[in-house]
Amino acid sequence: MRIYPAKPNSVYLYGTCLVDMFDPEAGLDAISLLEQQGLKVIFIEKQTCCGQPAYSSGYTKEAKCVAQHQMDLFIEPWPVVVLSGSCGGMMHHHYRRMFQGDGTQAQVEQFCDRVFELTEFLVNVCRIKLEDKGDMTSVVMHTSCAARREMNVHVTATQLLNQLDNVELKEQDYESECCGFGGTFAVRHPNISQAMVEDKTRHLAKTNAAVLVSADWGCLLNINGAFEYQGQSMQGRHLASFLLERTGGK
Amino acid sequence: MGHVPAGPELFHAQANAALKDPQLRQNFRGAMDYLQDKRKNAFVDPVEEDKIRTLCESIRKRCLSKLPELLEQLDANCTRNGIQVHWAQNDKEANNIIANIAQSHKARTMIKGKSMVSEEIELNHEMAKLGIECLESDMGEYIVQLDGDKPSHIIMPAIHKNKQEVSDTFEKHLDDFTPTVDVDELIQTGRTRLRQKFHDADIGLSGVNFAVAETGTLCLVENEGNGRMCTTVPKVHIAITGIEKVVEFLSDVPPLYSALTRSATGQAITTYFNMISSPRKRGELDGPVEVHLVLLDNGRTQAYQDEEMRKTLQCIRCGACMNHCPVYTRIGGHAYGTVYPGPIGKIISPHLMGLDNTKELVTASSLCGACGEVCPVRIPIPEMLQRLRTEAKNPPKPDAMPMKGQASAASTLESLAMKGFAFAATNPNLYHRGAWSATKLRGLVPNNMGPWTQCRTSPKLANKTLHQLIKARNKQAGDK
Ligand code: SF4
Repeated sequence: MRIYPAKPNSVYLYGTCLVDMFDPEAGLDAISLLEQQGLKVIFIEKQTCCGQPAYSSGYTKEAKCVAQHQMDLFIEPWPVVVLSGSCGGMMHHHYRRMFQGDGTQAQVEQFCDRVFELTEFLVNVCRIKLEDKGDMTSVVMHTSCAARREMNVHVTATQLLNQLDNVELKEQDYESECCGFGGTFAVRHPNISQAMVEDKTRHLAKTNAAVLVSADWGCLLNINGAFEYQGQSMQGRHLASFLLERTGGK
Repeated sequence: MGHVPAGPELFHAQANAALKDPQLRQNFRGAMDYLQDKRKNAFVDPVEEDKIRTLCESIRKRCLSKLPELLEQLDANCTRNGIQVHWAQNDKEANNIIANIAQSHKARTMIKGKSMVSEEIELNHEMAKLGIECLESDMGEYIVQLDGDKPSHIIMPAIHKNKQEVSDTFEKHLDDFTPTVDVDELIQTGRTRLRQKFHDADIGLSGVNFAVAETGTLCLVENEGNGRMCTTVPKVHIAITGIEKVVEFLSDVPPLYSALTRSATGQAITTYFNMISSPRKRGELDGPVEVHLVLLDNGRTQAYQDEEMRKTLQCIRCGACMNHCPVYTRIGGHAYGTVYPGPIGKIISPHLMGLDNTKELVTASSLCGACGEVCPVRIPIPEMLQRLRTEAKNPPKPDAMPMKGQASAASTLESLAMKGFAFAATNPNLYHRGAWSATKLRGLVPNNMGPWTQCRTSPKLANKTLHQLIKARNKQAGDK
């Protein structure tokens, strides 16, 4: 179990490349949520991507280059809050592994220890209390595999949704099963990926929830794209935006 | 008729064929749901589960850390007990050893308990060439053999079939069989047909679940009793195992056994647990007069030599990783074209068959981690896959031994693309200009993006990047 620090005054925000390009609003909404907690949020201009695409494809050398570049940007000892369980897992766990046996490992580990996924940070560091100002609604949540299995933050994401009095959290069949994205997997093995995402969208749709949320844009690209292809109206959004909206911050 | 998988190099074609077979997909989904449920009910207390996994991992790690010594100790103690020990580098040597034993007894028939290692060396096929008939006696293997098929799961070889299909197989191959979907009746049919064969067989062959170095004991885990028949009724018993199955102490066995059965089928214990420590002793009424142990390497030392990949050998072959794998669930075991399918197959097969033959397998995972989450000996399968992907793309490090098939997936184009990615991701200006122009030109995203858009619309870029929005936000705050 992870030991969490006391609430700091300032945090870094790691937006991730997918939020940057596909849902920048979610980035702003996360900043608002964190500011509501009395934190100063610093967004480093020069951040790019955590390097996962190269890492999971077997290009460790390139991934290490990218990782080193990111780590060098976050010099103050503040927490680095990441808007994705998958990139969080990369930066919290896999950076350690990549630099194992290198002279810099101790420093790398110090950085990794400062990496938090948004929901775990809100729950375990900020000890956030949400006040639901929205109408009655129902929501179904999808958690990425890394969020669930590497970061254990499906727990904290659920805790946040459970704090919302007027939101009914629906459970889907095969909740913990992968949506079939897996980065390049979706392209290298398109037919297997298709079988997986079709099942996933079917289970999600079957809940009849009004809203789909996730804290991972990788999965959302996959799931939303499939829903739209099938002509279904369900579209997932980032959990940060949903939370901000429910609590009247928007 | 079952379909015989051709090989891992045809993975794409085989997987696609399986995906298009609704009955097969339904069979696998049903079976995997059932097995997942069984495992869940066997590990109700997560704290206990955690403890067991940690214990079993440490046992396997300790035993592997002393593998060479333990193998020698096993050899010495087995020999002392009267078990004849043979070492085989590869499939060919193993088959030769077994053929020699068979021929020295003028054997014509061999009855087999379940042994994946014998599948690995294609024993049945090789013995047939010498006129020795091998008959599978594990019910699942028996069904698969009748079909001229191969196992699709390491614990449940015929899991790709439902009751109706088993009945069809029996109807096609057995005289006097009245079709039925009553499972007990189906099993009874198989049992009766096999009974006489145990008596008639010249040799019994089995696998090994744990080989205990301390005592020279071979442990065999099974449910049907055919393993016991194979290892006691015929005059000669041959056990074959991969070298990694050795454990140090007898006391290492109970925790591993418990973790194995609970992970595999959700059983607390199996119906049978056999411990074989010697051939028949003077005055004993039954048991084989000769017991042989064949220790097979077949690429395992390659995994052993690399400290990280050595974890692969911790495997106790419970099959939980495949039972929980979303890819395996959808394509089934045959698609892999390897003896060991699913997640464990993806990480062990490259050592057995070379990365050149298995490079498609190591990419066929979304790295979702479901396998690692259930593995009773905590093999970090996704990490192993990532490592194998790296080895498939890159030449060996100067100080490392090359892997079989090393760098066989190297692609100039992809490697250039990744270098480009790394260059952009370490040059923020370039990166942001890229993201910026992507959002600017978002109207130009094509509707057809190859494989991605075969079941999804193309991703929709926002009209401004987060970087731009934050700049504007900060400016606004500054203006106030
Ligand atoms: S890798 Fe782990 S889960 Fe898979 S068969 Fe081996 S021991 Fe079981």
